[in-house]
Amino acid sequence: MAYVDDFPTDARIVRWNMLVAFTALGIGGLFGMIQGLHRTGYFRGFVSSADYYTVLTGHGVLLALVFTTFALCGLFTWGVTRSLDRPLPSARFAMTWFGLMLVGAVMAAVTILGGLVPQMPLNADVLYTFYAPMKAHPAFYAGLALFIVGSWLAGVDWFRTYWRWRGDNPDQRIPLQTFMALTTMLMWYISSAGVAVEVLVFLLPWSLGLIQQVDPLLTRTLFWYFGHPVVYFWLMPAYFIWYTVLPKLSGGRLFSDPLARVVFVLFLLLSTPVGFHHQYVDPGIPEGFKFIAMTNTMFLLLPSLLTAFTVVASMEHGARQRGGEGRLGWLRELPWDEPAFAGCALAGLMFAAGGFSGMINAGMNINYLIHNTLWVPGHFHLTVGTASALTFMAAGYWLFPQITGNRLRFRSLATIQPYVWFIGMTLMSNAMHRAGLAGIPRRTAEPQYDSITFQGVVGGVSEMRLQIAIGGTILFLGLVLFLIVIFGTWLGGSGNDSLRVNGAIPAPLSGPEHSPRILDNLKLWTAVAILLIVLAYGLPLSAMISDGLFAPGSPPIPV
Amino acid sequence: MEIHRYEKIWTAVALLLIVGLIATVTYGALGPGVKMVDDSGGTIDADSLGDTEFADPGVTKVGEDQYEVHVVARQFLFQPGTTSPIRVPANSEVTFYITSPDVVHGFEIAGTNVNTMAIPGQVAEVTVRFDEPAEYGIVCHEYCGAGHHTMAGQLVVVPEDEYDTEGS
Repeated sequence: MAYVDDFPTDARIVRWNMLVAFTALGIGGLFGMIQGLHRTGYFRGFVSSADYYTVLTGHGVLLALVFTTFALCGLFTWGVTRSLDRPLPSARFAMTWFGLMLVGAVMAAVTILGGLVPQMPLNADVLYTFYAPMKAHPAFYAGLALFIVGSWLAGVDWFRTYWRWRGDNPDQRIPLQTFMALTTMLMWYISSAGVAVEVLVFLLPWSLGLIQQVDPLLTRTLFWYFGHPVVYFWLMPAYFIWYTVLPKLSGGRLFSDPLARVVFVLFLLLSTPVGFHHQYVDPGIPEGFKFIAMTNTMFLLLPSLLTAFTVVASMEHGARQRGGEGRLGWLRELPWDEPAFAGCALAGLMFAAGGFSGMINAGMNINYLIHNTLWVPGHFHLTVGTASALTFMAAGYWLFPQITGNRLRFRSLATIQPYVWFIGMTLMSNAMHRAGLAGIPRRTAEPQYDSITFQGVVGGVSEMRLQIAIGGTILFLGLVLFLIVIFGTWLGGSGNDSLRVNGAIPAPLSGPEHSPRILDNLKLWTAVAILLIVLAYGLPLSAMISDGLFAPGSPPIPV
Repeated sequence: MEIHRYEKIWTAVALLLIVGLIATVTYGALGPGVKMVDDSGGTIDADSLGDTEFADPGVTKVGEDQYEVHVVARQFLFQPGTTSPIRVPANSEVTFYITSPDVVHGFEIAGTNVNTMAIPGQVAEVTVRFDEPAEYGIVCHEYCGAGHHTMAGQLVVVPEDEYDTEGS
C-alpha cells in the first residue's frame, strides 16, 4: 500500500503543494540562467540591464520563498500524516491555507513580472529583501502577506492533527517527523512575525500612501529578524529528509532519534537571535549587539555539525548493512545509481562546503572582505540552492510514486540528474566565491566598470565569468531533466505496474525512549527561544523606535 | 540518553571549533583593533542634507596625516568619487562619513576592507589607513534602482609630496 492509497486526500494536498513548488523552481531557475549569462556578459539578449532587476527579484521570491515554502508544506503534510498515521482533520481547511498561499504567491509573481511590461502599472523591482525606501506596487506586499498567513495556517493544520493524535495517545513520544514539523513551525511563527510587522505596519500602508515615511534602518532590521530564520525554514525540511528518509535510502536506519530532536530544538532556540549578522556593516547598530548576534550565529553551527555526523554515520551504517567494508570502502556500497539517494548525499556534501563559507560570513571582521560581494550568493547557492533544492528534488523522486501511485518515469534521466546539478553548482559556486574575494559585487546586472579592475586572488576574472556562465547553464539543464522526470511521472499514468518504492521507514538504532521527555516540551523551548530574542533584539529595537516609529523617515521612491 | 563515543568526540571538536571562531573575532577586536561600523556616525535628516556637513561633501584635513571624507551616495553616483575621484595622500588616516538622501546604497572600496552601507537617515563612519600610493575602485554593491550597475567611483591615494588639498 502506498501513501496515496492510505491517505488519498492528503496525497492530493501534497501533490498540489509540490506542483506549485516545482513550477516556481522551473521559472525561478530559468531566471537564474538568464542572470548568469547576463552579468557575466556572455549573452545579454534576454532582458535589458534595467530589467535584470525584475528577473533578479523574480528569482529570489520564486525560489527563496515560493519554491521552498510550498515544498516544505508538501513534505511536512506528508511527514505529519504519515508519522501520526492519521489524515489532516479537514480537507477544506487544508485547501484554505493552500489557496491563500497560492493566491498570495501568484499576486506577488504577477506584480514582479509586470515590471517587464512597460504598459502595466505593476512593478516590484525591490528584490526579495524589499529594502525601503524603494517601493513596490501594493499588490506585491499584499500578496506576500497572504502567502505568509497561509503558511501560518498550514502550521495550525499540523498542530491540529497533532493535538488530535495526542488525545488518543496521551503518553507517547511525539513521532520524530511530526516533532520536526512542529519545532520548525514554532520557529517560523516567532521569526515571520518580524516580516509581518514590517509589511503590515510599515511597507503596505506606506506603499498605499496611508503613511508618508518609514525608517529604512528599522524596516531592514525587521526584515533580517526574519531573513536569517527563513534560511532555516528552507533548510529544516532538508534536514527532515536527511534524518528520516536518507538513512533508509542508504540501506539502514537513523543513528540517533534523540540527537535529531536536540538538533531541531537548537534550531528553534538559535535561528532568530542572529539577524544582525546580515547587518554587520550597517550604521546605526551598536557593535555589542553585532557581537551577540555573532556569538549566537557561531553556536548555530552546532546543530549543523551534529547533523553532519548523524547523516554520515547513518549512511555508513546503511552501507555496512549492504555488505560495505573497510575504512572508506563502504562508500562503494551505497546506491549511487538511486537518484533519491544520490541527490540527498550530494546535497549533504555541498552543504558541508557551504557551511564552511558560512563560517567566513559569520566572522564579524572577515565579513568586511566579502559583504555584499558575489561570495554571498556563492555561499547560499550551496545551502538553499543545493542542500535544500537538490534534497527536495531527490525527495521528489522517492515521494512522487507514493503520492501519485505512478512508477517513476525516465529513470535514466533521473539517475544522472543529481550529478548534473552537482557539476553545474561546483563550477558556478567556486567561481562566485573567488569573484567575491576579488570584490565583485552581487545583485548587479553589469559588474564591469571602466574605472575598476578587479584582482582575482585565485584565478583570473574572465575564467570566473566563464565558469559562472557554464555552471548556470548546466544547472538549468539539470532542472529541465528534473522537471521532465517529475511531470512525466505525474502525467504518465500508472499503467499496471506495481510501485517499486517502499515507503516504510525503519525505526532508529537509538529511539526516543532513550531521551529525556523534556525534549518534547514545546512550550518550554518556545519560551526560551523568545527570551533569547528579547535579549538580542530588545534594546536595539527600542533604541531604533525611541525617536519615533517612522523616524528618521524616508518617503517612497519608485523603482 | 545514550550517545555514541564517536559522537561525543565529534561534539567536543565542534564546540572547540565554535569557541575558536568566536575567539578569532574577539582577538580581531581586542588585538589588531578591528572596529565594526556602528552607531558612532549618528542619525541625520535625509531630506535636508544641505544643512549638514554633507552640503558640500569632500575631503577635509583635520590633523597631521588625518583626513575626513564626507560622501553622499545617491542614485546613481558617489559625491565625490564618480565625477571626480576622491583624492587623499599616502601615509594618512582617513575617516569616511557616508550617507544617502534617497535609497540604500553600498560603499565598497574594491581590494580593501572598506565596506559599508549608506542608509538614508544614518551616517556610516569608517576609518582606514592608506600607506602606499594606489588607485582603487569604489562600487555600489547594494541594488539601488535601474541604473545600479553604473554606480561606481574612484579613490586615488597620491604620494605625500604631490598631494595638494586644493585638488581634492
